[in-house]
Amino acid sequence: MTSIGTGYDLSASTYSPDGRIFQVEYANKAVENSGTAIGLRVKDGIVLAVEKLVHSKLLVPGANRRIQTIDRHIGLATSGLLADGRHLANLARHEASNFREQYRAPPTVKNLAERIGQYVQVYTLYSSVRPFGISTIIGSVDKDGPGLFVIEPSGVFYGYHGAAVGKGRQLAKNELEKLKLPELTTREAVFEAARIIYLVHDDAKEKEFELEMSWIGDETNGRHVPVPKDLLDEAEQKAKEALENFE
Amino acid sequence: MNVDIQQLKSGEVNLGTSIMAVQFDGGVVVGADSRTTTGSYIANRVTDKLTHVHDRIYCCRSGSAADTQTIADIVHMSLQQYAQSFGEAPTVSVAANYFQTLCYTNKDNLSAGIIVGGWDKDVGPSVYNIPLGGGLFRQPWAIGGSGSTYVYGYCDATYREGWGRDETVEFVKNTLSLAMARDGSSGGVIRMAVITEDAVERLFVPGNQLPTFWEGLEVLGNSSGAKQPAVEPMAVEV
Repeated sequence: MTSIGTGYDLSASTYSPDGRIFQVEYANKAVENSGTAIGLRVKDGIVLAVEKLVHSKLLVPGANRRIQTIDRHIGLATSGLLADGRHLANLARHEASNFREQYRAPPTVKNLAERIGQYVQVYTLYSSVRPFGISTIIGSVDKDGPGLFVIEPSGVFYGYHGAAVGKGRQLAKNELEKLKLPELTTREAVFEAARIIYLVHDDAKEKEFELEMSWIGDETNGRHVPVPKDLLDEAEQKAKEALENFE
Repeated sequence: MNVDIQQLKSGEVNLGTSIMAVQFDGGVVVGADSRTTTGSYIANRVTDKLTHVHDRIYCCRSGSAADTQTIADIVHMSLQQYAQSFGEAPTVSVAANYFQTLCYTNKDNLSAGIIVGGWDKDVGPSVYNIPLGGGLFRQPWAIGGSGSTYVYGYCDATYREGWGRDETVEFVKNTLSLAMARDGSSGGVIRMAVITEDAVERLFVPGNQLPTFWEGLEVLGNSSGAKQPAVEPMAVEV
């Protein structure tokens, strides 16, 4: 090889001798360095929350959203490269609209997770492309009830009760495991989600962050919408108080 | 539905038909006559116009036999593909939508009036009507084919919500008999299918056991004992 290393990590189309694809593992590193995103699947809905790290004080508040709406009842949160998340959200929107056209019925989140998973996987096959540097949390309330899936850079996807990706995922998962998710209401889950994001934020390393939250449930009439300002403020307030008591 | 004979190619086999589907609490009853014609010739007198497109979804075909068989075959294939890729049975709405897309996009080249009926786990029993132009209408009951024009009034006056299986079967049987009696392009036997969550039950009424109604015997006279004025020889002058 030209300089250093084994050369097995230069392309997604090359396996290492022990059967790994290093480019996919590097894509996971891109996710690990990004702000945490979590998703909660509860009794009557879904809550998505993101710790959006603010790199510059000059940024307009609310810019560079990392939670996006795919269909009226489907939300998507990403952790990793922001632009990759935007691209995948656009793909998901097309998939959702094609599904509606073909079957004249709203797609389920499982349908979409499957399609996104297939698409992401294709980017692990060729030397001419790089794998997606994001993990995607996708949630909805559809005919099968609340559903929450995570799609990883390799293209695999799993269904979850609670999901966490990004920097603080380990701590967030510990917190999620303590909750009785199937018994919570969506409103209760909003407070838990805010608390977890504030808890996992490491302000020794990054000072500024914005809490971004959306929900789908009975209270939103099955629509994916941002958590309203007053509820978001209240949740943030309680999260800060909980954090003070915790420390 | 009226099929313009001029629009059919010469020699084309035609389902100048009586078909219907009715929804009830636990399922759907679909029914049809059995006559297939080529002009005035009855090409098949025991046709099965009730076509299976998935486990719990049937369609009733009217119009060109060739066109509707082809459409049903394509939808049958699409629904198998759907079941494979999503791991669950398609809904009646999805099936009806496949029919609608085909009938609308090819409306200039097709002569097909289709009624779709069946049971699915999302909404239970449902009936969809797809008439000639390729519209899509969900209805509690639907009738179609050339014979249906004679029995709209009967259906409007007779149909009630909340019927059970047996009442619905009787309704379909009576309606089709009346249509077959008036419509020259309908006739033969009645074929029906009762589609419920658990099973599809096929029913058959032979041509000599069709329910009968007023047949004008009081006017025309009959041979079965009603009083007839005695015929007397004409008086002849000697």
